[in-house]
Amino acid sequence: MTMAQNQILSVRNLTTSFLVDGEWKSVVRNVSFDVGPGETVAIVGESGSGKSVTSLSVMRLLAPDFSRIEGSVMLAGRDLLSISEKEMRGVRGNDVSMIFQEPMTSLNPIFTIGRQISEVLTRHKGMSNRQARAETVKLLEKVRIPNATARFDDYPHQFSGGMRQRVMIAMALASKPKLLIADEPTTALDVTIQGQILDLIKVLQEEEGMSVLFITHDMGVVAEIADRTIVMYRGEQVESGPTEEIFHRGKHPYTRALLSAVPKLGSMQDRHWPTRFPVVDITNGEAAEPVEVANTVDTRKTPVLSVKNLVTRFGVHSGLLARKTGAVHAVENVSFELFQGETLSLVGESGCGKSTTGRSIMRLIEPTSGEVALDGYDVLRLDQFGLRNMRKTIQMIFQDPFSSLNPRMTVGAAVSEPFIKHRLGTAKQAREKTADLLRKVGLSPDMAGRYPHEFSGGQRQRIAIARALSLDPKVIVADESVSALDVSIKAQVCNLLLDLQQSLNLAFLFISHDMAVVERVSHRVAVMYLGEIVEIGPRAAVFDNPQHPYTKKLMAAVPVPDPARRGIRRGISNDELKSPVRPLGYQPPQRQYREVSAGHLVQVE
Amino acid sequence: MTIVEHVAPIPAKRAENRAWRKMKRNRSALAGLCIVLFFAFLAVAAPLLPIPDPIATSWSAIRKAPSAAHWLGTDDLGRDILSRMIWGAQASLMAGVFSVAIAIVIGVPFGLLAGYFGGWVDMVISRVTEALLAMPFLIMAIALAAFLGPSLTNAMIAIGLSAMPLFVRLTRGQVLAVKTEDYVEGARSVGLNHLEIMVRYILPNVLAPIIVQATLTVATAIIAEASLSFLGLGQQPPAPSWGSMLNVAKNFLSQAPWMAMWPGIAIFLVVIGFNLLGDGLRDALDPREV
Repeated sequence: MTMAQNQILSVRNLTTSFLVDGEWKSVVRNVSFDVGPGETVAIVGESGSGKSVTSLSVMRLLAPDFSRIEGSVMLAGRDLLSISEKEMRGVRGNDVSMIFQEPMTSLNPIFTIGRQISEVLTRHKGMSNRQARAETVKLLEKVRIPNATARFDDYPHQFSGGMRQRVMIAMALASKPKLLIADEPTTALDVTIQGQILDLIKVLQEEEGMSVLFITHDMGVVAEIADRTIVMYRGEQVESGPTEEIFHRGKHPYTRALLSAVPKLGSMQDRHWPTRFPVVDITNGEAAEPVEVANTVDTRKTPVLSVKNLVTRFGVHSGLLARKTGAVHAVENVSFELFQGETLSLVGESGCGKSTTGRSIMRLIEPTSGEVALDGYDVLRLDQFGLRNMRKTIQMIFQDPFSSLNPRMTVGAAVSEPFIKHRLGTAKQAREKTADLLRKVGLSPDMAGRYPHEFSGGQRQRIAIARALSLDPKVIVADESVSALDVSIKAQVCNLLLDLQQSLNLAFLFISHDMAVVERVSHRVAVMYLGEIVEIGPRAAVFDNPQHPYTKKLMAAVPVPDPARRGIRRGISNDELKSPVRPLGYQPPQRQYREVSAGHLVQVE
Repeated sequence: MTIVEHVAPIPAKRAENRAWRKMKRNRSALAGLCIVLFFAFLAVAAPLLPIPDPIATSWSAIRKAPSAAHWLGTDDLGRDILSRMIWGAQASLMAGVFSVAIAIVIGVPFGLLAGYFGGWVDMVISRVTEALLAMPFLIMAIALAAFLGPSLTNAMIAIGLSAMPLFVRLTRGQVLAVKTEDYVEGARSVGLNHLEIMVRYILPNVLAPIIVQATLTVATAIIAEASLSFLGLGQQPPAPSWGSMLNVAKNFLSQAPWMAMWPGIAIFLVVIGFNLLGDGLRDALDPREV
């Protein structure tokens, strides 16, 4: 047990139970691990695996009346489970600090960030206000916030998401903790910002010599940051060991299933068509060879969707009389074509206009100008009646399966509603159609009488897909449709979309920020930046030979699930996402495109 | 693909069955339902019950305490309180239920329109609502009732109109929250029209707080009817209502406390009944509640 004494954190047989309806239900069972000095340990798992509860148990942040923590948690030789709540308060934020997922809500909006950080110093370290201020500026510089002195008196809303997460980290570091617990700290961030924050944590760890317990669902992030990894599944610790071991010689079937479900950027190099995710047998971890799907694209016919010079702007109003003072140029001069049976992906980071493009095409948002031809419809000139008819041709699947279904409507009613409202058949036909669609998306027809809350996220997304299919559309706009799902579920839903494309010859406009998924499912890719398409072309051309600097930056930022790349630093930059808000009277420059190879166009600076 | 598949019948559980089954398991809701039904029965059956005439005065039985002859005692004009309570249930329940119904039927659609469309529709509806809310509830009810003329029906209309702005505001706020959900945009992308979206997607999801508010407003409305009756604007004397009985009784609190006690208890019970029933309804109508 001498080993355990040298550890910063040593957890033994941790079992956490919650009181549910008068019964104790264990959500974390027999978890044991150590975090050594200067070491980074990752706990990885899907939602409901108990990874966050484990970290909250270590910090004793669960409501004491409804939770029970058993086992032992030793922090540098001190048993955290036996000390009083008052002593525990001295540990939190002092010996152990935490950073959370949501940088938008974890700072108090009514205090300046300088005050929030220096409060930690005056409270835990007994510094005077002047000392605390000087130390705070040092911390802000340490987390690479530009102009730290000037920004001391700024409020949280004046910072972007990535910058706020830096402030959170600065606050966590203020007390020079022995251990930093990071609970999904990069999940809510854009991929280029995520890269910056991961690099920052790595550098700070070296500078400060602290230990890090990193909680995440993303195998790419794990590979990049963790020395050792613990895999959790349904409250159990199924495997733990050095990260390389886990990735290359993982023994537990779940570990292998998880790893094979992770889309890897660059895994499609010698493939021509979209490829299904391998289906893994969870009992033995055997993966079937991923199947490349057959070609469904027919480029000889006229495109089913053709967008020309689409522009969507929103006015920015300010002042007492709400005068128009500028405009968000959300979509600026976007043109592309989509063929029957083809998947065109729009990729980019938040605010790049990819979702607005999708909604403008469907006229859920009214575009400012441009032309959209959809299967014979001149979409932007349709009246209410024509628009309603047009909706039979194009349908949408949303991101969040928890908010995209009406909670007061049964699944059967939700799926059959479009069919009935468009008067496509009798009630009996609607019922048959619904049963058929539910079967098509891998559900059973007798689920029709149930309500959405009775289903898991992945199942709800299948229901949403069934509903979108009930009008037999030709085009489906999938707006981040797999982004909110766990990796294994994400793989299944992607496979379902590919299968449906095969059998129904659907065209997908696949809107996503996830480069690895995009690489897997697309025929063609368009990269969007500040409302414009900066690069568009066949998937292989864009991914193997990216030309635009933004495309290159985006691809470099994607965490690759390969532990061998752990030493790699991107070089910490402070670049923030730029804003597409322009002053009144702004004239967007005329863009030129250069053809790299057949169909591969790049915007010229 | 021409094989005719056997389609398994979809078990169509009707929403009402589901709600009723849940209601049956909820004891407090059932208790509320029983209380409300009990008073409703009294109100309806008043002419058939073997009770004295509620407006017959008797100089020999003024302010008598409860006894075998008069179970609940008599009032200042010697009228039997039990009989007046039973007949008064008609006026009070009607005042409570109908005025709230008026408030909901007018207020909720305006709130839906304001929240759903926004823009100038919202501007107009919200400003008018705010202007109405600026006037104290009772003052407005009195003004309206005076304008419409003294009768129970007019009092109910006046109370309903006065309570209406509350429902406009409540509904509008709820709609603003629900409107941003993806399923509303999803409904648009399917091609549903505004009316269908409002009725099928928004209204069911904003109903819960409206039901709770309605049950609470029933109580306010019963009291308001009492105040109007006291001013001679509601139930016309000598016809009884609980409110007017309370108003008279307050002059004799020390000499004849039973005069105030019985209508007070009745109002209290009815309000509790509606509240329990409302809570139960809210849970039963929500498919997410098990």
